[in-house]
Amino acid sequence: MTFELFLQMFPIALMFSAPIILTALGGLFSERSGVVNIALEGIMMVGAFTGATVTVLLENSTPAAAWYGLLAGLLAGVVFSSLHAVASINLKADQVISGTALNILAGGLTVYLCQIIFHQQRTRSFSNGIQKFSVPGLSKIPVLGRMFFDQVYPTFYIAIAMVLLTWFVVYKTPLGLRMRACGEHPQAAASMGINVVRMRYFGVLVSGALGGLGGAVMVLTADIQYTLVSIHGTGFISLASLVFGKWNPFGVLGAGLFFGFSTALSFYAKDIPFLANLPGEFFYILPYLLTIIALLLFAGKSVGPKASGEIYDSGKR
Amino acid sequence: MSYIVEMFHITKDFPGIRANDDITLQIEERSIHALLGENGAGKSTLMSILFGLYQPDGGSIRVRGKEVKISDPNVATSLGIGMVHQHFKLVHNFTVTENIILGMEPHKGPVIDIRTAEQKVEEISRLYGLAVDPRAKIEDISVSMQQRVEILKMLYRDAEILIFDEPTAVLTPQEIHELMQIMRRLVEEGKTILLITHKLKEIKEVADVCTVLRRGKFVGTVPVADTDEEKMAEMMVGRQVSFHVEKMPAKPGDELLRIEQLNVKNLKGVLGVKNLSLTVRAGEVLGLCGIDGNGQTELVQAVTGLCKIESGKIYLKDKDITHLSIKERTDRGLGHIPEDRQKHGLVLDFTMGENFIIHNYYEKPFANFGILNKKAIFENAERLIQEFDVRSGQGAMTPARAMSGGNQQKAIVAREIDRSPDVFVVVQPTRGLDVGAIEYIHKRIIEERDKNKAIFLVSLELDEIMDVSDRIAVIYNGEIVGIVDAAATNENELGLMMSGALRKTRSTPHPAHEAVHA
Repeated sequence: MTFELFLQMFPIALMFSAPIILTALGGLFSERSGVVNIALEGIMMVGAFTGATVTVLLENSTPAAAWYGLLAGLLAGVVFSSLHAVASINLKADQVISGTALNILAGGLTVYLCQIIFHQQRTRSFSNGIQKFSVPGLSKIPVLGRMFFDQVYPTFYIAIAMVLLTWFVVYKTPLGLRMRACGEHPQAAASMGINVVRMRYFGVLVSGALGGLGGAVMVLTADIQYTLVSIHGTGFISLASLVFGKWNPFGVLGAGLFFGFSTALSFYAKDIPFLANLPGEFFYILPYLLTIIALLLFAGKSVGPKASGEIYDSGKR
Repeated sequence: MSYIVEMFHITKDFPGIRANDDITLQIEERSIHALLGENGAGKSTLMSILFGLYQPDGGSIRVRGKEVKISDPNVATSLGIGMVHQHFKLVHNFTVTENIILGMEPHKGPVIDIRTAEQKVEEISRLYGLAVDPRAKIEDISVSMQQRVEILKMLYRDAEILIFDEPTAVLTPQEIHELMQIMRRLVEEGKTILLITHKLKEIKEVADVCTVLRRGKFVGTVPVADTDEEKMAEMMVGRQVSFHVEKMPAKPGDELLRIEQLNVKNLKGVLGVKNLSLTVRAGEVLGLCGIDGNGQTELVQAVTGLCKIESGKIYLKDKDITHLSIKERTDRGLGHIPEDRQKHGLVLDFTMGENFIIHNYYEKPFANFGILNKKAIFENAERLIQEFDVRSGQGAMTPARAMSGGNQQKAIVAREIDRSPDVFVVVQPTRGLDVGAIEYIHKRIIEERDKNKAIFLVSLELDEIMDVSDRIAVIYNGEIVGIVDAAATNENELGLMMSGALRKTRSTPHPAHEAVHA
């Protein structure tokens, strides 16, 4: 592989990383508060659909349509995830089942809404998504400029900012301490006067916001419209990144970059001499294959929040 | 004389049981007031009402002379009432300080001011002689340190009235002694302590006043100085209690359990049991005593199959069981009352009925052609609950999790004794139990012995070891430092051996040496 090729891969890899990182951070909030959120895939789909739809509808009236799309995706994620919150916190449903139900619902719901709004099973394609840009000055730095600052999507910077913000909130603020306590030992948290139900709502709704944003980012950078297969498992890859990154924001960043690169590799493989002989399909399965391998290697060792997935029962000894 | 807390005519009902029935309790300021009662007498319920975890169905509460309604623990906290729960409520991967400040974190702007918090924790810890490291993680510190963190939590919130729910159940004798000193120190500094317990010795040692409950009802309040252990026991149980186990001399028969040159690694990866040999004969109780952490756990786990061994042999009725599974050992007549009742003794989310048949669920009458027989399971459970006086709200249908620790313990003892195994490994059988229950369980263990079973009793309670055993083996640092006749020893001699100061060569040649060559 030539160095030039490597540099070319960078902006693409970062583009694919951004939604994975954002969504995995969402999963982090949810699981740290004690609710397993397997619905990330569905939340991304809803966010992507809403983001694409709002962009298409506003395109002719404002140049910032795609940014409104991101915001709309975020809000849609919050609304959609509230279903998961009600089911798993108030109704004490099994969190995996509730999440699975939402994933199935998301596919049907978005396509149904496309049919109503656009009279087809996908959104109309938008002409301008989020635009690439070069950071003035920084992009001129040799090598590093090409890697991180030249012709990149601003969404990657949003993801980085969210990593820092998440780290700050989770590890430095009272809110974060309380949230983590709810994910580790909710009865202990409750005995200290913390409202476990409210804390878990917070975790799930933030995961909806970040997952919805992640979905919108994905469709508005890597696609031209929303279809049923726009997200194609990225929510699950995000979930894997969360495990892979040991429920830590910087770990999630590393894992997100790893999966971003493995996706980018599938586009560049045919240009890399010793990989070119492999069938193209191999590279399309690569991110998923790596997900399984990463989970096999790391899942056993990494320890997540202890009470994640456990229904909160105030009477439990 | 001023009362800081008064509870009048408190009544509380739970499904199937009246936990508190017209109980009145008055607590003097700056005193240690003990609340005594059997397992399930309603002590914890009463204190949970005072702490706001439950609402009473009748009665009233006054704190510092003012009538109050304690609707949740936050109200209790604001009234200066704090509680150390029997099962600690600590987040295992948080630091000591993080656990203490949780819920009322000091902060600079949006950031937790951990430095200030650590200093304050350090100060309080020093004032009361708690010696807790504010930066240590909970999972890295001992149980007694964790308990002190619970105490610090209350002190950090300026609690004046401290409720201790059976605080000594999880402690070693040395740690109990330290806790008593801490309690006295707290009273000196102006706190009031409510001590829930069923251990008479502790009350005699530390409390000023004692209120006794029995089956949810108030029995009486007495100044501790004017009473003795026998009288308190009688008030608690409602009949005379014998503190000594009645038994005939043992008639030892064949060797049923033989351990030869056993080596077992502990969790830290070093040898916890070193070259240890022991035998237990039919018709005798061999007691194993030692200070906690000297290899008892590893030895028991090796014998019962819960952990792997490095080398050595274990024989059950002359059959080598060294490499058999737990199930195979059980089927060949090994019984076990485990040390950790919640981890190895019960499935907490199963009902009592299900827990009672956990060994033989597949046998008749509990299963017919692979289908569980609900009726047989129910009847079996009701019989054991009756026989062993296990107190549970919904009988056979009670989930194990919903029962108090003492009753969970009784349930395990009931299940294991009922199987009547040939070789019975009994670890801390009366941990957390009251004198009445202890008396009964000791009697049942001796009955097993008299049926020619081999009993291997492991306990941290020296009294229990001396009362029940026929021979006593002392373990120190993974080795047996002596085996003595229970009738011919005393607390001093055992204490010296337990601390490694004294070794006693065996009076009889050990048969294990011959077996090695055979």
